[in-house]
Amino acid sequence: MKAAGVLVAIALALALQTTLARFVVGGTAALDLVLVVVIYVALSTGPVTGMLAGSVAGIIQDALSMTTGVIGIGGLAKSIVGFAAGVIGQQFIVTAALPRFVMFLGATVLHATIFMGLYVLLELREFSAPWVAVASQAVINAAVGMIAFTIIESLPGFVERRRSRRVRH
Amino acid sequence: MAVDIRQRTGWLFLAITVGHIILISAQVNTRRGVPMLEEATFGVFAEVQRAATTVIGGAYDSWENYFALQQVRRDNERLQQEVAQLRVQMQQERALAQQSRSLQQLLDLRSSLQVETTAANVIGAGASAEFRTMTLDKGTSDGLGPDMAVISPSGVVGRVILPTARASKLQLLIDRNAAAGAIVERSRAQGVAIGTGTDRLRLDYVSGTADVQVGDRVVTSGIDGIYPKGFVIGQIESVQRGAGEFSGIVLRPAVDFSGLESVLVVLTPSPGVAENVVPPPASRDLPTRGSSQ
Repeated sequence: MKAAGVLVAIALALALQTTLARFVVGGTAALDLVLVVVIYVALSTGPVTGMLAGSVAGIIQDALSMTTGVIGIGGLAKSIVGFAAGVIGQQFIVTAALPRFVMFLGATVLHATIFMGLYVLLELREFSAPWVAVASQAVINAAVGMIAFTIIESLPGFVERRRSRRVRH
Repeated sequence: MAVDIRQRTGWLFLAITVGHIILISAQVNTRRGVPMLEEATFGVFAEVQRAATTVIGGAYDSWENYFALQQVRRDNERLQQEVAQLRVQMQQERALAQQSRSLQQLLDLRSSLQVETTAANVIGAGASAEFRTMTLDKGTSDGLGPDMAVISPSGVVGRVILPTARASKLQLLIDRNAAAGAIVERSRAQGVAIGTGTDRLRLDYVSGTADVQVGDRVVTSGIDGIYPKGFVIGQIESVQRGAGEFSGIVLRPAVDFSGLESVLVVLTPSPGVAENVVPPPASRDLPTRGSSQ
């Protein structure tokens, strides 16, 4: 059930990324909904799920992004980010708003670093002064992630489900 | 258990990361236009091939060297045997050559002499160290007789003292009972060369006014009736004077008595003159010591 939910979330994120996001925030570069989902999954379920979600979502995103021509760079970046976010989520308490915000910020910066770094390293693309774009994307991702957490945690029965899950573990 | 889960997570993370890298490498070309995956795979496989070649080649070389060393050892043993055989053969050849030279010298000496001689081989040495004698392979049946002079290309050897039918005993000049009339070649001073039982001779009965110097050559004077005149006895090694007379003149014999193999026996004890000696101006009485042992 958890895997199916993750896949659905990824599919929704991809759909929104390619359709709604550009109308909402003015361009795909400013928001990475797939990354937001991966970070959310990692923080919610752990490093393994976060890593697998990041890998699958990144590969699909790469396949859909026809401009790059290289499948796997996004997948690698997102799987690393998912794994790291999952490990941090297990080691530290990130249920408060600020830690979550920082997590989204940091994860987005890490993702951008790996993603752009690999492209530059492989001499496939050049990024001129990407810091503003990365920073803006980090802030937007963090804001969207905070909203997503708020919405999901406000759903009826969420607290009980999380408590029962902790008891089982 | 928690440790196992973390380890599995780590391995899974590693596997996924490597999987992505392989996926990326399969699509990205290097500067040479070859896919990175292909180049990396080839590079890794080439290193594996290199390592395998090194290991297998090393083992093959070691094996080959082992057999080669065995062959080398056999060759070495065979060559050592050949070297030993050749050394023996070389010594034999050298001995033959030396013998030929000695015989040639004897032949030359014999042809230059005005006396009749016969060649004889030394077949033995004296049994006692007190008497310096040798045994010759010729005797009375070959014309040898007592008091016949024995010479060699180097000089005077001695005289025959005991001839038998087929062998003769030779008294060397260095025997303590041997003596020969002598004359200093340069100054014509006369004396008697006397054996000392050692490897040196003594020159006695030399006038105190005679001119005798170290290095002078001494030859036979012929006055003793045994040794033909003019054969080299030796060289003066040291001269000692005392109270106006010579207290001791030591000669170093010209003949190496330890290396004698062939000699000439003078059959006619005539006072013939050798080619290399000027006859002495005058002769004096010589106390002969030529009695047989």
